[in-house]
Amino acid sequence: MQALTNKAKQVSRKPMSFMEKMYLPAIFKGMMITFMHIFKKKPTINYPEKKRPFSPVFRGMQILNRDEEGRENCTACGLCAVACPAEAITMEAAERQTGEENLYKEEKYAAKYEINMLRCIFCGLCEEACPKDAIYLSETFTPADYQRKQFIYGKNDLLIPHPKENPEAYKKALGNRANKEMVN
Amino acid sequence: MNITTLVFILLSVMSVGSAIMMISSKSPVHSVLWLIVVFFAISGHYILLNAQFLAIVNIIVYAGAIMVLFLFVVMLMNLNAETEPIKNYRLQLVGIISGGALLLVIVSAVMKIDTEQLVEMKVGDAGLIKVLGMNLFKNYILPFEISSVLFLSAMIGAVVIGKKDDEVVNKPEN
Amino acid sequence: MMLLSIDLGLVIEKLVLIVVVISASLVIAMYTTFAERKVAAILQDRRGPNRAGPFGLLQPLADGLKLFFKEEIIPAFSSKFLFIMGPALAMLTAMMTSAVIPWGDKVELFGRHISLQITDVNVGVLYVFGVVSLGVYGIMIGSWASNNKFSLLGGLRAASQIISYELAMGISMIALLMVTGTLSLKEMVVQQQVGHWNIINQPLGFLIFLVCAFAECNRTPFDLPEAENELIGGYHTEYSSMKLGFYLFAEYINMFISSVIMATLFFGGYDMPFVNESLLSPNVAALIGVAALMAKVSCFIFLFMWVRWTIPRFRYDQLMHLGWRILIPLALFNMLLTGGVILYFHK
Repeated sequence: MQALTNKAKQVSRKPMSFMEKMYLPAIFKGMMITFMHIFKKKPTINYPEKKRPFSPVFRGMQILNRDEEGRENCTACGLCAVACPAEAITMEAAERQTGEENLYKEEKYAAKYEINMLRCIFCGLCEEACPKDAIYLSETFTPADYQRKQFIYGKNDLLIPHPKENPEAYKKALGNRANKEMVN
Repeated sequence: MNITTLVFILLSVMSVGSAIMMISSKSPVHSVLWLIVVFFAISGHYILLNAQFLAIVNIIVYAGAIMVLFLFVVMLMNLNAETEPIKNYRLQLVGIISGGALLLVIVSAVMKIDTEQLVEMKVGDAGLIKVLGMNLFKNYILPFEISSVLFLSAMIGAVVIGKKDDEVVNKPEN
Repeated sequence: MMLLSIDLGLVIEKLVLIVVVISASLVIAMYTTFAERKVAAILQDRRGPNRAGPFGLLQPLADGLKLFFKEEIIPAFSSKFLFIMGPALAMLTAMMTSAVIPWGDKVELFGRHISLQITDVNVGVLYVFGVVSLGVYGIMIGSWASNNKFSLLGGLRAASQIISYELAMGISMIALLMVTGTLSLKEMVVQQQVGHWNIINQPLGFLIFLVCAFAECNRTPFDLPEAENELIGGYHTEYSSMKLGFYLFAEYINMFISSVIMATLFFGGYDMPFVNESLLSPNVAALIGVAALMAKVSCFIFLFMWVRWTIPRFRYDQLMHLGWRILIPLALFNMLLTGGVILYFHK
């Protein structure tokens, strides 16, 4: 039969020589190979203490963004829900009342905004679809949980901390990804 | 009543009791296990007679090797109550007669024992390894060698039986 | 009261020694499980357990605790008494060997000379051998009592494997006994202290003994009785909770004890090389001796692990071929050679 690649190696069926039949040299050779691994560098890292840097294109859990004054960016236009291939996003819009200007940036806002993390495939299309820079994918994992219903994340879980009230947490949650535009 | 007598009584009760358990227990596996207990008790008796070598060899050979093979075979055959052979009353009668005859012989032999000459415990060195070796290889060299020839012939016989379907085994794979 | 005529001091001394030896071998077995995981990790470029306590040193405790809290399952159609007896026997036979091992020389405490050996039987080597041959009962009884075909297969494999390799082990030991001329382990160590280690006289015998020890301990590459990818768990398939723990633990104790036996028979036991023990005070000498024995033992235990993570399991026919057609003839040859050499030099 014609080989498809030249990677195939013919198995030698020759009867073993006396040295090979002794079996001990082969064992010793194998033992030396494993022994040399003692001195190799270990690729494993102690995870929670030491973390590997994320790649700049990493897409983690979604975050609903606020502007510098802490107003929510989202206008509940629904473009992200439309863009979502996994249909993980649902939302309910509401109109901003007077006196709520410090809460919401524009006249319309999302009264309810839910992402089903079990459906989400972290493709980042919501981020691309958003015209208001209201949603982006952060550098955090979605944490594990015991119940399926816990994975439907509401606004409480998704909103970024308030930049005025909790500036440190805000900065941490913002991460590198939100700065990308500023850097470029 | 010293400690030797106490141990002797304990071992005797153990050996006789487990021997009875061995012949009366329903499951063959339990029988084998009781037989192992009997061997241990007998090894204990050997130690009381100051024959450590015999005691330990009894354990190695009988309890450690032969009974393992017994157990092996019994477990493989998977004997249980359903596969027990049909009871043949004629066979039972023959068994009772022969067993009774054996009992008669033993009882008459025991009756004739001179109670003055009982075995003394913890003395004598016939069972110690050095004495035993000297005995075997000096005084009883001929019977020893003859029995070794017997074992050799048994080994060769086993090899011959095992080699019977050699052609089947050595057929090249594929 | 004739029973009390025994020297009470001796009884207490021996009891203390027994307790120390048993608890020490339990602790060592515990930490051997830890070492096994660490060695496996290191040989595979991983880190191994390092979360429980500093460097993961409390890991064996956590493992034991886990086993205690697991649900205890006894199969409905099993022979209950034998099912419980199996692991108990495995543990018992694993521990029994430690009785004749000389752990060190004499210690002077409270004006008494205490020998660091529980009992110096004049048939010590044979005793070790007898207990090793009994070791298979725990596995066989447990496997049969589980009423499970995989378990039974594992038990049968264990029985035939251990019996096959016992022969070669015994014959290689006979050659050693011909050289030493004694069956007492203590005397053997004393001989090696004065002269040289037995490994120099019996290199082939040691090699055979080593291979057989691997087989008797059911360690890779001879771990067919519990071959997990063929027999689920082998003889302990049906076991759970601490009964399983007993089986696993017994394996490690066996490993420890056979390392001690090999060190004692072939590597001078508690003899520290290049040190003249008779010049030191007895307590210091005994301490050095125990340390030397433990160092040798840990080398052997590392060898056990190293082999486990290097060599894959034998096929069953290969196992039998190695045992009956290679090791036994080799051991016989070694015995004949030893006999011939002894005869030649003693003429």
